[in-house]
Amino acid sequence: MYPFIFTKVNDSAGAISAVGTNPHAKFISGGTNILDLMKMNIEKPELLIDINNLDFKKIDVQSNGNILIGALVRNSDLAYNATISKHYPLLSQALLAGASAQLRNMATTAGNLLQRTRCYYFYDTVMPCNKREPGTGCSALTGYNRMHAILGISDKCIATHPSDMCVALAALDTIIHVQNASGKRTIPFADFHLLPGDTPHIDNVLQPGDLITHVEIAALPFANNSTYVKVRDRASYEFALTSAAVALDVSGGTIKAARIALGGVGTKPWRATAAEQFVAGKPANEETYEAAAGLALKDAKGYQYNAFKIELAKRSIISALQNTGG
Amino acid sequence: MAINEQEDLLVSKPSGSTRREFLQQASALGTGLAITSSAKAKGLPVNKINFSTPGNVTVSLVVNGKNKTLDVDPRVTLLDALRENLQLMGTKKGCDRGQCGACTVLVEGRRINSCLHLAAMCEGAHVTTIEGIGGVDNLHPMQTAFLKHDAFQCGYCTPGQICSAIGLLKEGHATTDDEIRESMSGNICRCGAYQNILDAIKEVHSGI
Repeated sequence: MYPFIFTKVNDSAGAISAVGTNPHAKFISGGTNILDLMKMNIEKPELLIDINNLDFKKIDVQSNGNILIGALVRNSDLAYNATISKHYPLLSQALLAGASAQLRNMATTAGNLLQRTRCYYFYDTVMPCNKREPGTGCSALTGYNRMHAILGISDKCIATHPSDMCVALAALDTIIHVQNASGKRTIPFADFHLLPGDTPHIDNVLQPGDLITHVEIAALPFANNSTYVKVRDRASYEFALTSAAVALDVSGGTIKAARIALGGVGTKPWRATAAEQFVAGKPANEETYEAAAGLALKDAKGYQYNAFKIELAKRSIISALQNTGG
Repeated sequence: MAINEQEDLLVSKPSGSTRREFLQQASALGTGLAITSSAKAKGLPVNKINFSTPGNVTVSLVVNGKNKTLDVDPRVTLLDALRENLQLMGTKKGCDRGQCGACTVLVEGRRINSCLHLAAMCEGAHVTTIEGIGGVDNLHPMQTAFLKHDAFQCGYCTPGQICSAIGLLKEGHATTDDEIRESMSGNICRCGAYQNILDAIKEVHSGI
């Protein structure tokens, strides 16, 4: 690990003042990903700012029914929160499908948004990787790409976004609240993570000096009928091969509205908007589910070792639709 | 320090140091030596990284009920601070990457991986390690259950397993066999004593 200056701040003003616009400064809260990456000399911050004393640790229901989640709410606290587990089971299930109990006790809501890919070439510092070292090439394109993405890919990078929580957030109308020296702003979740394109080293739209303060989930009454299906190589404590977060509004056997998002297959948390629109107004049956799954994977591209994910992702969607639609 | 001086140190064990201290010194020197020699042999420029610290951090925390003050490089993890600075060797270093759970300790009563937590972040924290959970004369019920059910073989993962199991019970979310297995999945046992670990946790959980 490279040396860095450590400082601890007590409020958001202190955090914003400490970070300035220093591109080599990082905030640390849970530390579960950044410390791992610092040990591997992949992340090399010169200044590490401990924000654990900041007052962003609450989950509040707003007057409009939206849920405002503090940036520092731990993954375990969010998963077991009574409001979340009752009204947004897909989010609760997604969180509990990720990592281990110890890591969930440490990892924060904002940190989860910012976790980096687990592509083994990204982690292996002797191998070319455009995400780690821009311009060096992508080892996964022709390498062992079993865990890699089939949607949102580019010829520069096919690394998957690793988060389970973000798949649930992608299915909901989520807004990210950010603060910096110039003021506050909000970013719709769909605009937050970036496709790799020609710049896979840039994961999201945050700029130096930005501090995430809250994540806001819009009220969605039918989200209480939702599920998260995750398929992985081990029964627990493993990243997704494929996953599907689904919320369905079903009335009298007809789907009125749907939310569908996919994990383990996209270079960013993947919302399947076309599939959502397709199922609206259709009967809640196998025929609808299969057609929706096909539509969601229409643009998928498999590589040598991950082509199986196309069929597996379809089955994950169908399974999640069956769980919620009957 | 020249290479030959390092080699001199390797062969002359300081008479006052313990076996552990000597091995630690030899290991640290050996690693540095290997990297430098390998780079030189390949004709690569030796990357001179300045490892002098920008500034140590002073941290006051409570470990197993006792007030402690650390003066540490900010890179030091809680795991290394416990083992190297406070000489609490019960907490084990397995993968050092948050993957095996051997380093599990309780901070404010919650189980975490101490390898992915900086000591510098522990100002005012209450940390409980296996040494604070119980000893030979005052075993914690979980330790007694692990002994009774033979819930280990080599024992290396055991301090982490026990801290994790105590955290699990306090959290109160896992009751069935499957739930306990899921909740303990962050603790890997190379010897495969999982069934006995499960039996031990169930016994304490049911209060038998």
